[in-house]
Amino acid sequence: MNANIKTWIEVGCLEDIPRNGARCVKNGEMTIAVFRTARDEVFALEDKCPHKKGPLSQGIVHDNCVTCPLHNWVISLRSGSAQGADEGHTQAFPVKLEGNVVFIDLSFSKTTG
Amino acid sequence: MTKKLIVIGNGMAPGRMLEKLVEADASAYDITIFNAEPRVNYNRLMLSPVLSGEKTYRDIITHDDAWYASHGITLQKGEKITSVDRDAKTVTSAGGITASYDKLVIATGSSPFIIPVEGHELEGVLVYRDLDDVDAMLSAAKSGGRAVVIGGGLLGLEAAAGLKEQGMDVTVLHLMPTLMERQLDEASGHLLEKAFKDRGVDVLTKANTKRILGSSGRVTGVELEDGVIIDAAIVVMAVGIRPSTQLAKAAGLDVKRGIVVADDMRTSDPDIFALGECVEHNGHCYGLVAPLYDMATVISQNLLDGSALYEGSVTATKLKVTGIDLYSAGDFAQGEGREEIVLRDATAGVYKRLVLQENRIVGAVLYGETSDGPWFFDLLKKGKDVSEMRDTLIFGQAFQGGTPLDPSAAVAALPDDAEICGCNGICKSTITSAITSKGLTTLEEVRTHTKASASCGSCTGLVEQLMAATLGAAYSPAAITPVCGCTDLGHDEVRRLILAKELKSIPQVMQELEWKTSCGCAKCRPALNYYLVCDWPEEYADDYQSRYINERVHANIQKDGTYSVVPRMWGGMTSSAELRAIADVVDKYDIPSVKCTGGQRIDMLGVKKEDLPLIWEDLGKVGFVSGHAYAKGLRTVKTCVGTDWCRFGTQDSTGFGIRLEKFMWGSWTPAKLKLAVSGCPRNCSEATCKDIGIICVDSGFEIHFGGAAGLEIQGTQVLGTLPTEDETLEHVVALTQMYREQGRYLERIYKWADRIGYEEIRRQIMEDADKRKHYFDRFVASQKVAQVDPWSERVSGKDKHEFNPMKTLEMEAAE
Repeated sequence: MNANIKTWIEVGCLEDIPRNGARCVKNGEMTIAVFRTARDEVFALEDKCPHKKGPLSQGIVHDNCVTCPLHNWVISLRSGSAQGADEGHTQAFPVKLEGNVVFIDLSFSKTTG
Repeated sequence: MTKKLIVIGNGMAPGRMLEKLVEADASAYDITIFNAEPRVNYNRLMLSPVLSGEKTYRDIITHDDAWYASHGITLQKGEKITSVDRDAKTVTSAGGITASYDKLVIATGSSPFIIPVEGHELEGVLVYRDLDDVDAMLSAAKSGGRAVVIGGGLLGLEAAAGLKEQGMDVTVLHLMPTLMERQLDEASGHLLEKAFKDRGVDVLTKANTKRILGSSGRVTGVELEDGVIIDAAIVVMAVGIRPSTQLAKAAGLDVKRGIVVADDMRTSDPDIFALGECVEHNGHCYGLVAPLYDMATVISQNLLDGSALYEGSVTATKLKVTGIDLYSAGDFAQGEGREEIVLRDATAGVYKRLVLQENRIVGAVLYGETSDGPWFFDLLKKGKDVSEMRDTLIFGQAFQGGTPLDPSAAVAALPDDAEICGCNGICKSTITSAITSKGLTTLEEVRTHTKASASCGSCTGLVEQLMAATLGAAYSPAAITPVCGCTDLGHDEVRRLILAKELKSIPQVMQELEWKTSCGCAKCRPALNYYLVCDWPEEYADDYQSRYINERVHANIQKDGTYSVVPRMWGGMTSSAELRAIADVVDKYDIPSVKCTGGQRIDMLGVKKEDLPLIWEDLGKVGFVSGHAYAKGLRTVKTCVGTDWCRFGTQDSTGFGIRLEKFMWGSWTPAKLKLAVSGCPRNCSEATCKDIGIICVDSGFEIHFGGAAGLEIQGTQVLGTLPTEDETLEHVVALTQMYREQGRYLERIYKWADRIGYEEIRRQIMEDADKRKHYFDRFVASQKVAQVDPWSERVSGKDKHEFNPMKTLEMEAAE
């Protein structure tokens, strides 16, 4: 029916992502932002702020949040939920690190068919 | 007949296991230990004190020959077991001894990981694992020279400190940006690095070893990826360990990273246990002693038909380097539902951070003062609810139980001769009597009259508490708006302290100024980055991850995530070649919109991020550089055509505008800075609503500043009039530098001037020639590093990661 990718997909190395920064992974129509924190934790969110679809990958990463570059919404990297008084949610994807290799699980991604 | 127990390996874990076993039932087994090392059991944790000379081998023996003899244990020293026959239930050693067992414990430990770089087999390349290694290091240290330690983890740092203590020059190479990154967060990693540097150990982070150099079979140095070569008499590899599993694997046991055991510590063969660093339990391999002791206890019970279960361990780490106190335990990453408590005491060099989840401690990092480490670790292991003592938790165990401390009560209780301000030697009574006798009510007044907290400012809090205690309700502290929620300090205070304490990196600022979060937020980080760029232009390494996206990728993000590109058109002048290049780029990259800006330039909107470097490359061929239309920095200098063409023009306004722009481009300022030069008072370039404007008149140049025509509308004020271009340029530049040094981040020049006072600015720039000259010189100095075209840098490959996706996944074709 459509491309429904299951299980872990390798997307690159930890070192490919700057600390307190992000890189993008293109998955068809969807862009996924892969973040690396100061503590070398890795998270993946759909690259769209729940507010006005701003590219979260371009925001400033601090603690385990990213501040959207368009209107400064703060989004939790772990859950994808807006913090503080703002309400909204962006899709978060499971991530794992094996050594320094980053894998994302896209099986829950909404297919764009 | 008594059952036979054979133990392979005689490290600390089997030592503990045997202790427990004979304590419970000394006659249950006939015990034989095979040990590859020709020694009795010693405490490997104490290798570092042996290396540094604080202890000897004798001091660290845990079980001597007499202990084995008195418990009837046979110790086969120097007998390495080479095979296990599980069917016959026997083991055989390299020396040909075969012995049978009823139960077998494999405790083969781990071996150091050797990076297989060229030269790793040279003589003088050592590891740091057992006494033989320590002996090798000690004898190498006798002949002096430089030791290079590869690996800035626990072992590597202990080795480095020990070798330094033995009189060698030492360089630590660490692949990651901060030391001990697995146990420490960034802030404490930096403190640790500083402590090592302070004791004369060179530390290179992000250092990737390319190869080890040698001559006639002996090591002579290390070459890094970036070509740097470091001389070395010895090289110590301390990059990690891996479980020693060859024997178990050959015996057909289930082995992954380590020898796999179930919760009862049995391997895939129920008569064989595995213990210690060779074990993999639940996916974890452990290298610290506490978990190994936990395992030892479980095995000792199960050997006696018990049913004890090992449930995994949370681990704590302590660095054993004299004079450096460091403790870390648990998981201190941040996350959903997690809160942190941070205590920083800059004067004492203390950093403590607790991570809580559901009112329970899940992680702790202590630096500088670690006496509460075991207490926190105990709370962590027990999962104790800490909500009752949360407010004072970080102060440690000694603070619990009593009434909560009121900080101002503590200050009030200080004796009169207690020193409050260390810089100026001001004691408590000096301050309180000045407050009462002179009727002082503000911090500034106290500073003026007593000098307390007027230098470095770190005692400001104490002085304020003292004022509150002395004045009672009459004291209302000036409402300082903090930079953000991460600190109570305002922008001015932070800027002053950065200079006074010579703070030169963001982690250093956060530590010394006692930031309340571990790595700041999107408000304070860009501000700190600007202050450091401005104050230490030649020393500070710009932190791009603390810049807003526009400054990070040198273009302006638009609402749909595309970018706009504005090349610099000096003074608003352009040419057919430039316009042709723009037209070509617009066609080639299918750019949807092209617009003239208010700053006399051309804006290309809707550019895809990936295309940015390609577009810059094309634009660069005709000489275009970045217009910094995205920067908190110098933007445009708008001009009119002046005496070149205009019948009213009084001076060469275009030429002077271009000269100003060429002098000032690339400089970062607190907020954007726009200039204009008008050739006559008709003011066609609208200089009187710019940040800095110049109106040319017959007699020279009238400098204006502090205009606004955005959210607010405000006409400029006149700074003064100068007869020549050269003098005008010097004054404009000095004004800009004064603003750069005093403005709060994101504060436009008119806001700054409203706050400081126009008169004060005129006094410093127009009347005080020395001051003006100093401002000018500092601006010129910072321009030396600032005037690099960011576009051409990125065309040549800088920050490539910013512009390309990390990966594009191949989708199966959709139906």
